[in-house]
Amino acid sequence: MTKQEALFTYLLRLADDRLILGHRLSEWCGHGPVLEEDIALANMALDNIGHATSLLTYAAEVEDKGRNEDQLAFFRDVREYTNIKLVELPKGDFGFTIARQFLFSTFAMLHYEALKDCADPQLKGMTAKALKEYRYHHRHSKQWIIRLGDGTKESHERIQKSINDLWMYTNELFFMNEVDEVLISEKIAVNLEKLRSDWQKLVEETLKEATLEIPDYKQYMQQGGRNGIHTEHLGYLLGEMQQLPRMYPEAQW
Amino acid sequence: MNFNEKSAFMEEQARLDEFNRKLEAGEKIEPKDWMPERFRKQLIRMMSQHAHSEIVGMLPEGNWITRAPSLRRKLILLAKVQDEAGHGLYLYSGTETLGVSREQLIEDLHSGRAKYANIFNYPTLTWADIPIIGWLVDGAAIVNQTMLAKSSYGPYARANLRICKEESFHKKQGYEAVALLANGTPEQKKMVQDAVDRWWWPTLMMFGPHDSNSPNSSELINWKVKTKTNDELRQSFVDRTVEEAHAVGLTIPDPDLKFNEEIGHWDFGPIDFDELYRVVNGDGPCNKERLDARRSAWDNGAWVRDAASEYARKQKLRTIKAS
Repeated sequence: MTKQEALFTYLLRLADDRLILGHRLSEWCGHGPVLEEDIALANMALDNIGHATSLLTYAAEVEDKGRNEDQLAFFRDVREYTNIKLVELPKGDFGFTIARQFLFSTFAMLHYEALKDCADPQLKGMTAKALKEYRYHHRHSKQWIIRLGDGTKESHERIQKSINDLWMYTNELFFMNEVDEVLISEKIAVNLEKLRSDWQKLVEETLKEATLEIPDYKQYMQQGGRNGIHTEHLGYLLGEMQQLPRMYPEAQW
Repeated sequence: MNFNEKSAFMEEQARLDEFNRKLEAGEKIEPKDWMPERFRKQLIRMMSQHAHSEIVGMLPEGNWITRAPSLRRKLILLAKVQDEAGHGLYLYSGTETLGVSREQLIEDLHSGRAKYANIFNYPTLTWADIPIIGWLVDGAAIVNQTMLAKSSYGPYARANLRICKEESFHKKQGYEAVALLANGTPEQKKMVQDAVDRWWWPTLMMFGPHDSNSPNSSELINWKVKTKTNDELRQSFVDRTVEEAHAVGLTIPDPDLKFNEEIGHWDFGPIDFDELYRVVNGDGPCNKERLDARRSAWDNGAWVRDAASEYARKQKLRTIKAS
């Protein structure tokens, strides 16, 4: 695998996670539990989709086959999408969305902190900018985990269930293969396994503060998203997202 | 009238004189200033209707965020709908300065007691509706809000000043996207003209009934809450919009539309005000759906709001115990 191929795939993975997560967050627009959260969730959707757009633009440039960011977003099917399954699950209730935000943004924050010495200047610049956003996403979701966990009996039960249900999707955050190996040797990517203990520490601290149980790490863990083996939910999501450009492939919008 | 009654009456008169003097001098009325009860009531009605319109207005556009046809359009639309939520937030806060809580206002919306703009009870059927809303609906809103930015009630004026800046961007992006469709493929041209045909008349209705039939207008104008009448605002919107439509080759669906050289304005055909009253009073194509969506967002979020207040209560207790 060449460095160029590896970098293209790496950028797609980052972009797909953020585009799909942003899509799920954007579904909340107008339906949040309180106006301030409508604004916060829309803001986080914007951060994710905005960052995904930059990543896809760069991915298209690296690929150098004449595609652009929109073609990468709207003309790839389920099997070509490389996001982890965690981000494609339906939005659920507010607690489910918050739990996912917490698990994902804690990882994204650590990942981007680790990329501060990335040897690819463009990726370094983009992730440094997005790091500030993920610090906010982490803080926002952490505060809600604590409020919901240590709130009422109902909120405690609901957020615990969401954490439990999402847990088997978290191992994929640390997925690595040849793509990572090639880029680690180029000092572009980092060893994600090294982030695991910090991620666990941050997650466990917050769950404890929220009076929540830490689920079993040894349970069955999902995999496959990075290789295009997704849940059945992704097809519906892409069907909705890609409908117009695919209906009118010649049109400019 | 005994002495006490007389002095109370004189005090009241002095306050009213001061209120009128401020209006006359073009000064703003601020939350802590004395104001006639009727003035307060009318402002609560008007400002909360405006706030509700922003919030309900998120729905018809919001349902296209996941289907926007390019990443750029998706980001613009998401930012726009987020702005509407922000406008709702400062308008609710502005209304709270008049002594009514946001919860009460929301309850009034959900029970159907409070109204919101007629326009959001129409469905967004194709992508072209999104740019058209930006251009026509936000364009109409700007005409109204530019006037309201000079309103005599300080918090309302300041909220509108801020809103106008964002709405100008909404309108600009809407018109830019309209122009692109109007110069696009045959399907796009058809799609955008169809959207103009559907949205034109409801947009004109947004300015409210004719002046001759607008019960609240004269009072609001006397108080300088509004400085122009419904018909004046509507005319100014038509004048600028017709030119913009022609510039990109779109047809306004009004056979009576004609430039009146004598007065320098565009004459337009009769508006179906029965439709306006029907839709404002609950019988429009999407009224039920919009209110159901708002109610269910509120009801589904009850456990979240309860948790937040319970957590805050616990935290307060812990702070007291610790000290």
